[in-house]
Amino acid sequence: MSNETMTGAQSLVKALEHAGVDVMFGIPGGAILPAYDPIYDSPIRHILVRHEQGAGHAATGYAQATGRTGVCIATSGPGATNLVTPLADAQMDSVPVVAITGQVAAGAIGTDAFQEADIRGITMPVTKHNFLITDPAQIPQAIAEAFHLASTGRPGAVLVDIAKDALQLETTFNYPSSVNLRGYRPKMDPDSVAIRDAARLIAESVQPVLYVGGGAIKANAHKELRAFAELTGAPVVTTLMARGAFPDSHLQHLGMPGMHGTVAAVTALQKADLLITLGARFDDRVTGKLSSFAPHAKIIHADIDPAEIGKNRAADVALVGDLARTLSSLAPEVKAEFKKRKPDLSSWWKTIDSWRERYPLGYEKPSDGSLSPQYVIERIGKIVGPNGIYVAGVGQHQMWASQFISYENPRSWLNSGGLGTMGYAVPAAMGAKVGAPDKTVWAIDGDGCFQMTNQELVTCALNKIPIKVAIINNESLGMVRQWQALFYKERFSNTDLHSKRIPDFAALAEAMGCAGLRCDTPDDVDKTIAQAMEINDQPVVVDFSVNRDAMVWPMVAAGTSNDDIVVAKSLAPIWDSQEL
Amino acid sequence: MKTTSHTLSVLVENSPGVLARVASLFSRRGYNIESLAVGPTENPDFSRMTIVINLEGHALEQVIQQLDKLINVISITELDPVVSVQRELLLVKVATDSSTRSQVLETVQLFRAKVVDVAQDAVTIEATGNTEKITALLNVLAPYGIKELVQSGLVAMARGLKPGSISEAQK
Repeated sequence: MSNETMTGAQSLVKALEHAGVDVMFGIPGGAILPAYDPIYDSPIRHILVRHEQGAGHAATGYAQATGRTGVCIATSGPGATNLVTPLADAQMDSVPVVAITGQVAAGAIGTDAFQEADIRGITMPVTKHNFLITDPAQIPQAIAEAFHLASTGRPGAVLVDIAKDALQLETTFNYPSSVNLRGYRPKMDPDSVAIRDAARLIAESVQPVLYVGGGAIKANAHKELRAFAELTGAPVVTTLMARGAFPDSHLQHLGMPGMHGTVAAVTALQKADLLITLGARFDDRVTGKLSSFAPHAKIIHADIDPAEIGKNRAADVALVGDLARTLSSLAPEVKAEFKKRKPDLSSWWKTIDSWRERYPLGYEKPSDGSLSPQYVIERIGKIVGPNGIYVAGVGQHQMWASQFISYENPRSWLNSGGLGTMGYAVPAAMGAKVGAPDKTVWAIDGDGCFQMTNQELVTCALNKIPIKVAIINNESLGMVRQWQALFYKERFSNTDLHSKRIPDFAALAEAMGCAGLRCDTPDDVDKTIAQAMEINDQPVVVDFSVNRDAMVWPMVAAGTSNDDIVVAKSLAPIWDSQEL
Repeated sequence: MKTTSHTLSVLVENSPGVLARVASLFSRRGYNIESLAVGPTENPDFSRMTIVINLEGHALEQVIQQLDKLINVISITELDPVVSVQRELLLVKVATDSSTRSQVLETVQLFRAKVVDVAQDAVTIEATGNTEKITALLNVLAPYGIKELVQSGLVAMARGLKPGSISEAQK
């Protein structure tokens, strides 16, 4: 690469261009100011957000929708600390995000200078890796390494903190043609012995389940997954992070496992003799009480991160590598085993189908004629269809959006799974729409979540990013209220938000340059959604005023066994003795 | 010898913040470190950490895997005490008077330790050795009265030629 002389700031922007960045979300400030001068001339689109948290979640939404690395940029001190939540969020959900932050001048570091924060130290536990750069000559190398680290292996968040004087000093630009990190060599292909062991276990199993996690989407392995699922004929469950990795319409799909999973998915895991775990991590929201999780199952664990193997549940066979490549090399081995003996899954399917028939997902409509939140979400899913992108916040609406919308495609369902970050939806939907401008992007948000980050609707309005937001307004912190109803004797301490009274969401939306709509009766739902679908020149916010007492079912209470799943309030499934 | 102690020799990049990364990992994942020593190596680009931890089986495997995830960690080797040299450094100030000084000095000789400072009412002793030797020495000196004690973390090296590393083999 050419050895042009330029400032560190110019070198940074040029390096970002070389890294393939087409858009970044950020806010300037003192320490990062030198970088904003060359940004002014750069072909990279910079979207000026209203809060750095919005920039971080937008970068995450962009990355989840496109598979490319999302980029956010902020100044030192408070600008950088405002990125901490989205970085922790992206890291927990293995989303490739690079954050660029300004730092006070090298000589001032450690002096409690104005807007100084040790952001490298602060973000160490919540990033895959981070850098503090004080020498302008190191900027291109650090940027190249940051993008390499964020996007390869198990993806994650990487922060590059650059001292202000390093941005101002003259340097020569030298972008590395390749990155070689001695301490970082992700293993791409599992050992062939392990592949054969896994194939043998699969051929021996008569009650297998494919337990599919978000890694299937990160690895772009949905085609290989579908082929593999059909080869084995085994039931498939997709975790909250994996919704869309396998089509909901597929007969082998049992839905989501976990705390609010379907009875069939949760119970199939419990009764399985083999879990074929693909890019999932035995999260506590899936396993329930770990010691009673899938007690009869042998475990095949495929993951690109070797530290996930045996972290929560010991594996009988570990397949460390890229999931698409793992499935491609596993399939022929399984075929060969099946030639010797093909397991008969018919009795397993018969049992599973009886669970599916008896305990389908469902909800009761409120008797007072008020709007059911599940109905609203279900209708949005039906009217928008499987080509839309759905972005949820965190709480009841998130679970309903996962349950009652049918996902057919990967990267059509975005949410904050691991960290559970309220306020994720609006900025992440903004990022998703920027990355996939031809898709209809709906944020399914709660009234609590919405009030944490709705200022980014101003960013959307000004930058012509026409997202659609459905506020599922139950005037409370609904999931917390549900727990208070179930576990705290209906003592609703500090969960009443009064958000049917204040704020006026439609008026707030209008004030932010969006269209604001309201809907509070079942008859108006389809009409209102259709109306929102017609508006494509500005963002739309719909305030759906819903019944506040609706609860998310089924439920496995925190810390209890998946065997104790409750289908609806006080209603446990009735098991035939032969099923146990 | 406690059977549950494991000595990890960790080769890391000699860059700022590496110790903080390792310490932060141990702290946030709730792993207890028995001792940790860091120092330069024959190559100025790298440092070596010797970490002693009290874990077995899956838990030990997790520590190694999590450590290996740190980008600045190059390789991790578990050192078996039987085929490695393991040393700690001890400085201890022991109370002495005319009646006990000769007994203390005799102990120093028996343990092949050294007296590095003498005062009216105390001697300062320097000793190196494995954990067992240092513990034994301290047990003998304790009755005289230990006024001050400072001890290094364990450092260790495999005997013979270069050992294979745990993590390199997995990469």
